[in-house]
Amino acid sequence: MPAAGFVVANAFYPNQQELVMMMVYLALAQGINVIYGFTGYLPFGYVGFFGAGAYGLALSVLYLHVPAGVGLLFAVLAAVAVAALLFPLLRLEGVYFAIASLAAAEALYEVISNPSLAAVTKGPYGINLVSAYNANASFVAAVALVAVSMGIVVYLRTSRLGLALRAIRSDAVSAEFAGINVVQRRTVAWLLSAAMAGAAGGTFAWYTSTFYPGAVFDSSISIFAIVFALFGGVGTTWGPALGAVVLFGVYNAVGISQPQYFQLIYGVLIVLLVLFLPGGLGSLVQRLAPRWRRLRRTPGRGPEALPGVGGPDG
Amino acid sequence: MLLEYAIVAGLLFGVFYAYLALGLNLIFGVLRIVNLAHGDLVMLGSYLAFELYYAWHWSPLLAIVVAVVPCILVGGALYLGVAPRLARAQDPEMMSLVLFFGISQVIEAIAAFGFTSNERSVSANALGSHPVGILGQAYPVTWVVVAAASVPVLLILFAYLGRTRLGRATRAVMASPDEAAAVGINVRMVSALTFGVGVALAVGAGSLAVFMLGGVTPTEGVSITILSFAVIVVGGLGNPLGTVVGGLVLGLAFQLTLTFLPNWASLVPYVLLLAVVLTRPTGVLSRARRLA
Repeated sequence: MPAAGFVVANAFYPNQQELVMMMVYLALAQGINVIYGFTGYLPFGYVGFFGAGAYGLALSVLYLHVPAGVGLLFAVLAAVAVAALLFPLLRLEGVYFAIASLAAAEALYEVISNPSLAAVTKGPYGINLVSAYNANASFVAAVALVAVSMGIVVYLRTSRLGLALRAIRSDAVSAEFAGINVVQRRTVAWLLSAAMAGAAGGTFAWYTSTFYPGAVFDSSISIFAIVFALFGGVGTTWGPALGAVVLFGVYNAVGISQPQYFQLIYGVLIVLLVLFLPGGLGSLVQRLAPRWRRLRRTPGRGPEALPGVGGPDG
Repeated sequence: MLLEYAIVAGLLFGVFYAYLALGLNLIFGVLRIVNLAHGDLVMLGSYLAFELYYAWHWSPLLAIVVAVVPCILVGGALYLGVAPRLARAQDPEMMSLVLFFGISQVIEAIAAFGFTSNERSVSANALGSHPVGILGQAYPVTWVVVAAASVPVLLILFAYLGRTRLGRATRAVMASPDEAAAVGINVRMVSALTFGVGVALAVGAGSLAVFMLGGVTPTEGVSITILSFAVIVVGGLGNPLGTVVGGLVLGLAFQLTLTFLPNWASLVPYVLLLAVVLTRPTGVLSRARRLA
């Protein structure tokens, strides 16, 4: 449904690049949702997978001469390979994981942009893919990206895997006792989340077709994705998508010419969310919806007044 | 020659790194709060030194002292404002991480308004004009003065923690807030004071960072926070004395790499952080578990 929304928007809205960026961020916010919302790991270095994806596509197009659409597969592969390399990070908890993943992303950036490796990665001089540039095809790829990432989250919300992940998040030891393979399930979520960021990075690389390493490893990409996801509410299907669309819309309205204003806005938003609404906007809807329903039903209905009857329906 | 130079430079930088990271470690050790805005406070300190030097020709060393009282007041008030809500969260440590991440974004945005995004630096002449000779080789005077200024700060902090009543109360809270409260320590006030001291240390280090890390921009906070994390992870999270060890290790590692593999030096803090975090996960990471 959101994917269809973007297709419709493309017909009316003149700035296609904004739409593509919004879709890329929607996928990234859902990727954060998969790893943070369902497992509790908060990767501050999430951009590492995005950059790996961008370079996966770029290098496969440049050296293997594959079409860019196939290059997207290499983008996913590159991100998954980086995630596999970083498996040991999953042994860490909470804060240590967050900081270590940030360090890992910075390290990856330093390696890829290193002048010593310019022969392979073009080092700090950036990538030029103009020969593969195709605005329409890459727009379609971005729409597919949104559809797939929404699909993954819907799957997690409804499948045994998602249930297992949420059980692990709330109490890993009890989950293990209940017969859930904690390490394996977490690993799956980690790889899924990395693959989503890799695909997003590949799509971005294809659409923009020229970029510097600093642009695809920019730590504000992780920051945006995390903020969008938290704003909408992690662990839900719609929260991160809503967060990405609303906040990226705000960013386009005020942020591009004056990034500091936007930074100030979302900085304050995070502080307020943590202090007053830890579940994000989604939780507000969840909290208010039953009350609203009860409010509408109360006239003429006796039993509704009983405690618990009008409670949340799940 | 090259090796000796790298070692001496590494030690000079190491002492400074210890000072740079100390506030972060103190706040984490005592309050279990992850101050992700640490690097941004350092950045503010750099701008303070810049303004004081170019407006009134005050030495950046004086900025360290001037900042102490306002920082303790502001930091303490901030702590008292957010602590009760953090304590109620399901996972306070993680919530503090996200909260201070938000605060760091706010500070960065305000700094960009106030000081523009252009890089600023303070002339090295602010600290002296002649290179200093150590073991027959000449070093920039800024390195030597910064290291010489960092040592007394570290000594004063350790004397405070070790010899004064308040410092001992702080260490009691660090070991166990509940037991500290049981013996009559005002945990709330000690915590607020500690947070203020941590802020003052970060801002003070900032007035030296402008010489050691090359200029100041509003966006430098993140990389300084990671650098500080590398220092305190190597030395032991929540262990103030360990910060000195961590600083020296990082200083030596960085300068040796800079001398022999200059292209790869910027990787050093990240690699060191990852290596320590992964090879000694419980020993370095969890103070609570170690004490239990």
